[in-house]
Amino acid sequence: MPLQSLDIIRRSATTLPEPEVRRAHTGQVAKLIDTTKCIGCKACQVACMEWNDLRDDIGTCTGHYDNPPDLSEHSWTLMRFMEYENPKGDLEWLIRKDGCMHCEDPGCLKACPSPGAIVQYANGIVDFQEENCIGCGYCVTGCPFDIPRISKKDKKAYKCTLCSDRVAVGLEPACVKACPTGAIVFGTKEDMKQHAEERIEDLKTRGFDQAGLYDPAGVRGTHVMYVLHHADQPALYAGLPDKPKVSSAVRLWKGAAKPLALFAIFATAAVGFLHYIGVGPNETDESDEEAARRELEKTP
Amino acid sequence: MNTRTANAIIRYSAGMRIKHWVVAISFVLVALSGLALFHPALFWLTNLFGGGPWTRILHPFIGCVMVAVFFLFSATLWRDNYLQDRDWVWLKKIKDVVGNREEHLPDVGRYNAGQKLLFFTIVVCLIALLLSGIVIWRIYFSAFFAISVIRYASLLHAFCGFVLICAIVVHIDAAIWTKGSIRAMTRGWVTPGWAWKHHRAWFREITKGIAQK
Repeated sequence: MPLQSLDIIRRSATTLPEPEVRRAHTGQVAKLIDTTKCIGCKACQVACMEWNDLRDDIGTCTGHYDNPPDLSEHSWTLMRFMEYENPKGDLEWLIRKDGCMHCEDPGCLKACPSPGAIVQYANGIVDFQEENCIGCGYCVTGCPFDIPRISKKDKKAYKCTLCSDRVAVGLEPACVKACPTGAIVFGTKEDMKQHAEERIEDLKTRGFDQAGLYDPAGVRGTHVMYVLHHADQPALYAGLPDKPKVSSAVRLWKGAAKPLALFAIFATAAVGFLHYIGVGPNETDESDEEAARRELEKTP
Repeated sequence: MNTRTANAIIRYSAGMRIKHWVVAISFVLVALSGLALFHPALFWLTNLFGGGPWTRILHPFIGCVMVAVFFLFSATLWRDNYLQDRDWVWLKKIKDVVGNREEHLPDVGRYNAGQKLLFFTIVVCLIALLLSGIVIWRIYFSAFFAISVIRYASLLHAFCGFVLICAIVVHIDAAIWTKGSIRAMTRGWVTPGWAWKHHRAWFREITKGIAQK
């Protein structure tokens, strides 16, 4: 790792304890994205490119405001634009800044087979350490939000770091810094939840009865949260999952299956060995050769 | 016993032996690399392949070699592995099998019931491993499949890999246990006494012609 870090609370594919004496005593961090304040200017995308030195390929117009059309190893955040016709028949332009949600229970980290390729810091940020990444794509399999992207060039996985390098020195993420409307705010998770509550209260007085916070419990909450006008229908926001959780197939594969399978393999070998020690080899002796010879002579 | 006698019986032709060992060696490599990515405690096995990324790159190609050569190999084994009535009797007497009391067992053809079950376990596992392996082969194929398919393919791949490894552990145990079978697969021949003791029906079948001369 580039910096000696003593505040890793979770590390992928690791059976040993991490140096974790430093805890987030003042609270874990969170980024709150208020979709109701977003004007779709893409300043956050530009700030992300600038700070992280990323330049995506210049694509082609797909007849849609989304640009680039999807997240990629070069685009760690993306505004997704949706035109929603509400029951009153009015058009609502729903814009969601997509990117890593920094789950408290990260499916990517759970699925990763390479020690230390994915870590979670005490402050809650989930970070990829590309030098340890082997390019298998299991993080993609584990993620309930379809976030990690494998680079075609180096076959390594990339995603939003929540500007862990900026946060480590007391700065807010670049997208937060750039947002002109205050739709993206950053602070401790508790503060962000409180701020969200105030926003939701305000939205409810403005006719958005279903306004709410998106902090899904299925992944034990996220360190990137949304304020949604329609929290009852997260799918309206470019398919934001309703109840995201790490797939049960991935949980089994990366959970009970691992120790049970190794145990069963060793047990099979042990039974074979003890059988050999107990019963002894199954040998052919001279009497068998003699019997074979007799039978051959007997056959007409 | 190790010198080939004039009346030795050929059990495996050179072609079969070569195919068997290509499959066996690729199995060992694919199992070690697969286990390295399956359990963190075994990740150090990636060092045998030149590190994590090389393990990820090589594993599926070695797997393809194993599957391809196994199916060439299996063409010569297929018919002899059909299960027959006497195989069920053999399986019911499994206590006599593991207790080295072969005199209590029915006559065995070219392969015994255990070998036949192993054969079809390998066939099923390899087909499932090949199909699920294609789905989770990220750089070439995963883009063509839905994420839920990839998730269940990952689980299935791990499960079939586990069953196959257990099956091969049993196969290796049996080969070490039954003296003369490793020689049969490395040098090709068995003694008449070996064939008479372990595969009597096969012994009678192949010696019929010889005796008539």
